[in-house]
Amino acid sequence: MIAASTIEEVGVELTRQAAIVIPKDYSDGIKAMLKTEENELSKFVLKAMVENWEAAEADRRAMCADTGLPRFYVKAGNEARIEGGFVALEKGLRRAVARATTEVPLRPNRVHPLSRADHNNNVGIRAPEIEYSFEPDADWVDVTTVHKGGLFGTDYRMLFPGDGLDGIKKFYLDVLVQFGRRGLACQPAIIGIGLGGSKDTAMTIGKQASCLRVVGDRNPDPKIAALEDELKVLGNSIGMGPMGFVGTSMVVDCHIEVAHTHTGGMPMSVHAFCLSSRRAVARLHADGMVEYRNDPAWFTPYHRREGVE
Amino acid sequence: MKEIRLRTPVQPEDLQKLEAGMVVYLHGPLYTGREGLYRRVLDEGLKPPVDLASISNVNFHCSPAAAVRPDGSYDVGAVTATASFRFSKWMNRWFDVSGCRMVIGKGGMSEEDYRNHFVPKGAVYLTTVGYGTGALLGRGIKRVRAVHWLEELGIAQAMWVFEVENFGPFLVDGDLKGNSLFEIENRKVNAKLTDVYAGLKEPALRRYGETTSRKDEVI
Repeated sequence: MIAASTIEEVGVELTRQAAIVIPKDYSDGIKAMLKTEENELSKFVLKAMVENWEAAEADRRAMCADTGLPRFYVKAGNEARIEGGFVALEKGLRRAVARATTEVPLRPNRVHPLSRADHNNNVGIRAPEIEYSFEPDADWVDVTTVHKGGLFGTDYRMLFPGDGLDGIKKFYLDVLVQFGRRGLACQPAIIGIGLGGSKDTAMTIGKQASCLRVVGDRNPDPKIAALEDELKVLGNSIGMGPMGFVGTSMVVDCHIEVAHTHTGGMPMSVHAFCLSSRRAVARLHADGMVEYRNDPAWFTPYHRREGVE
Repeated sequence: MKEIRLRTPVQPEDLQKLEAGMVVYLHGPLYTGREGLYRRVLDEGLKPPVDLASISNVNFHCSPAAAVRPDGSYDVGAVTATASFRFSKWMNRWFDVSGCRMVIGKGGMSEEDYRNHFVPKGAVYLTTVGYGTGALLGRGIKRVRAVHWLEELGIAQAMWVFEVENFGPFLVDGDLKGNSLFEIENRKVNAKLTDVYAGLKEPALRRYGETTSRKDEVI
């Protein structure tokens, strides 16, 4: 049985960690780009970001003041039991966000869309979002928090089967170029692409591809993995780097997730997880142990299953 | 890259030295202000909460990740700019009302804005770097002098008056010659863009923006 109080404490700790500590896979990816980037302005930006991550960790302050929209991805083992059930889990995570907003502090970004009223705690209607997935033969619960910005860098388009790879590549370039200018996408970014499903599925899996897979990870389907490699290279050959300056550092990695879709269509979404890629993961075991780790491991073979059973 | 350190309020002779692409660090007082402040002062005609010109002539398009402690003091963590292009419609009047001569923000404004609004008022634009050197900028804030309209506008939109030291890095985007670093770089990127798209065929269903007129169909 996982204690309800553990969930709130872990929620606060994950939120703090995500806001302050850049994930290692991402910072390693940027440091590798620093070695190949030749443009002086682009290099200057990447170096400043590396210094900023060091300052954030040393001072224990958020790496970026736009601390994004805190949200959670919960993967529950089929045998997991939570004290008070999932209602208690949701209550714990909402409390955690409210507490962390003052304790870290985070910027109270969440406002009502029309009145613009701010509760000053990042909690509100459907905030924080909590998404679920399940895993067989397990009694743990994985909680991942992601604090993504969200004004720029994302787009959706309905493509058609006949548009093929050209259509995918063209839309991908469109998104990178339109939001790369002036660095609105805060690139170099982990670019996530959602292909297929219905419109909302395409958006959801594209966002998860950018936020829940680590730099260097490849889709287990070799054809999709090859496309990930190809699109990463393509994005870095636009000639645009950080802040829209001339450069070769645009895409630190590209991840593609697919879902079976309507026979007549090919919906596609593109998402950019930015220079302050905020994510943190913990596994809550049944015996009370909490294990923090780097990789959300959201896309398990079970999660990507294709057959009936 | 050329680097320069300036005291605030900024002096006209210092601004003359700035060229697009230079690295800048600031020392002294400055204030935050964005749509909340502009709306109240410029659209609703309210009197500014303080005599702005007496504080500083540097306006930062920012909202800090900050909290008010139970004792009423402020905990300022990270500080990052917000995208400035949204505020361009207010800038001309803002320069008149506030005496502002340096705007700091994210992503700059258009070269046209610089030439029409900034240069005639002797004002420059600095962009933050990254984006989000929030921790480095947070380090540069030595003191919160005051927070105005906190109740009315909330933490994110309130007018924060900061005392800063070694505050940066920033890059000059809009200089007094009317140059924009972003647009200079844009033009270089654009020169290669046709090659990047070469050979990719158009999708079957087009979108608005890809047609030449809103009267056209997207199919």
